Amino acid sequence: MAQQTQVERLQQIATSSDEPALVFEDAGIKRSERVIWQHGSFSIPSGSITAIVGTNGAGKTTMMKAELGLLPLYTGSLTVLGGPAGTTNHLIGYVPQNYASDIESNLTAEQSVLLGLTGTQFGIHPTTKAQRAQAREAMAFTGVDDKRHYRLSELSGGLRQRVAIAQALVSGPKLLMLDEPLANLDLAAQRETVHVLAKLNHEMGMTIQVVAHDLNMLLPILDGAVYLLDGHPHYAKMNEVLDADLLTHLYGTKVQVVTTPQGDMFVTPGPDEPDDVTPDIHKPSEVAGFHHHGKANPSANDTERRNVAFSGETPRHFEKVLSRAHHRSTRQTDKERKDINDANTEHKEPMQTDVEQSSKRQEGRR
Amino acid sequence: MSNIHFEFNHDWLQILSVPFMHNAFIAGLCIALAAGVMGYFTIARHSTFAAHALAHIGLPGATGAVLLGLPVSLGLGIFALGGALVIGALGKKASQREIATGTVLAFATGLGLFFSRMSSSASQQMQAILFGSILTITDDQVLGFAIFDILLLAVMAVVYRPLLFSSLDEQVAQAKGVPIGVMNVLFMAIMAGVITIAVPAVGTLLIFALVVTPAATANILTSTPLRSMVLSSVLCLISIWGGLVLSAMFPAPRASSSSPSRRFSGSSPKVLRRYVITEKKTNYSLRVISISRDDPQTIVKSNKMTGL
Repeated sequence: MAQQTQVERLQQIATSSDEPALVFEDAGIKRSERVIWQHGSFSIPSGSITAIVGTNGAGKTTMMKAELGLLPLYTGSLTVLGGPAGTTNHLIGYVPQNYASDIESNLTAEQSVLLGLTGTQFGIHPTTKAQRAQAREAMAFTGVDDKRHYRLSELSGGLRQRVAIAQALVSGPKLLMLDEPLANLDLAAQRETVHVLAKLNHEMGMTIQVVAHDLNMLLPILDGAVYLLDGHPHYAKMNEVLDADLLTHLYGTKVQVVTTPQGDMFVTPGPDEPDDVTPDIHKPSEVAGFHHHGKANPSANDTERRNVAFSGETPRHFEKVLSRAHHRSTRQTDKERKDINDANTEHKEPMQTDVEQSSKRQEGRR
Repeated sequence: MSNIHFEFNHDWLQILSVPFMHNAFIAGLCIALAAGVMGYFTIARHSTFAAHALAHIGLPGATGAVLLGLPVSLGLGIFALGGALVIGALGKKASQREIATGTVLAFATGLGLFFSRMSSSASQQMQAILFGSILTITDDQVLGFAIFDILLLAVMAVVYRPLLFSSLDEQVAQAKGVPIGVMNVLFMAIMAGVITIAVPAVGTLLIFALVVTPAATANILTSTPLRSMVLSSVLCLISIWGGLVLSAMFPAPRASSSSPSRRFSGSSPKVLRRYVITEKKTNYSLRVISISRDDPQTIVKSNKMTGL
């Protein structure tokens, strides 16, 4: 049942979206001369819910800041809602990590939400009734309408999170970006936040992007994920990302994907690793230079790879992981995943494990 | 403490009606307004320690100005503004860097003392700069305060919402297009101005008493920024005016305070001090005459209090 709605929604997105919400073209970003990630070439469809996943320090928050135009790219381009990053910020609602967690002023929830509407206005502008109604509406949507006269400092973390979402919503954005919205929340508050996000997506068709460590809570509503791996951002649909090997690579620790007979999926840490097994872990700074399928080294192989990357599909490096998983998972998982994996891998020859190892070593040297 | 006597002065109304008291009352009103408005943002932006430090950064400016024969407020203002622009340019996080701020504070205070020791006139004014002397404020200064207040209110009316937005969450405000760098520098520059006019009342050491404490109290009691600013200004006004009235009623060893703790400070138990108002045609000037308690006929010291 859940699977079916997911598929329906994907179809709906595929037909309804005229242009993608975000387009990365060979994008790369540096912070103080250190490459965080590069060669990001993918697009995220409008009306989708996307997670940005990766290890600590992989550049997830940096990616959001780049999308907001707050950090400049050093290469490539980034188009957000039809304009260069930073030029369409009035259409974006942004919810930072730990919103107002150290607040010392006496602002109430309602005043805080109103600032999302009027906070950029210079000059004397008394708050109008229409603006108040708009703020009330946004707060009702996130379920904090009854808390509007409470001070932010009096609210719990979960309620403050929902006030922050209301503040981001009040100006009617097309794209909502949330940085770790579920961090530091208990299970009930996490569930409520996820529910609000799902409602926004369903009822308003809002494109949503979430930076997340823990995917489990978000799994039921996600359409896809941007995963920051080996110093490159990649976009993939959800059923491709939900792969134990890829996730193990992604998090640098053993991860299992558990599918219940009802079709629900969970990501869990695997049992403790034996001492003789080294998980495939790289620091982002190490791996950013691993393979340059950009302009630096345009061999025939690289060109082909770049074309694949530009078309918004998973680059070959990860298809190895995916196809490896595919061989194992076709036995047990649903038909949909099989179809998509087939589509991804049909033009590639299946690779042997030892071939993979050697190719990886080659890439490491490059 | 037992040999200090606070006697009720029956002529206190008469003291309140002299012109320098009028100036003190009007100056108090201007200072209360400025401190009350800025106090709210100082707390909201976590800049209380930076505000305290700015006053200390102004100290070498004040004593240095006396050394060079310039007005104290000018030197104070220039140093405070310079410090404010540096802190503001470093960003909001910089105003929370307590160790760096404290180090600069210590250096500036030492430098201020060094300058004050280089000339006797600066040395004499040191106490007035450290603890304030609201009774010596001149007509020109009052006019300057009033102009500053009008400017402050005009600027605040224009930048109120973006400043509040960036105080609430800098990242969100930045994403929405508020120029947070400009907001930081502007806020610190206004803060330097407020400190420059508040120092004559409470001195560089006690700036917290006017800028932070009333605003923090108002924050607890009210729930909108505007009400908080109004209440904070009222609390400042009660402190300053109340201090003036109390010091007129009970001529304490050291008067002209807005903070009760100040009235007990700086006086030796062996010495009584009296304010003597001397009239020279139109100009009033104030002398502090210290009299030995053991022998009331002996004048230990007679200082002319000159305006800041």
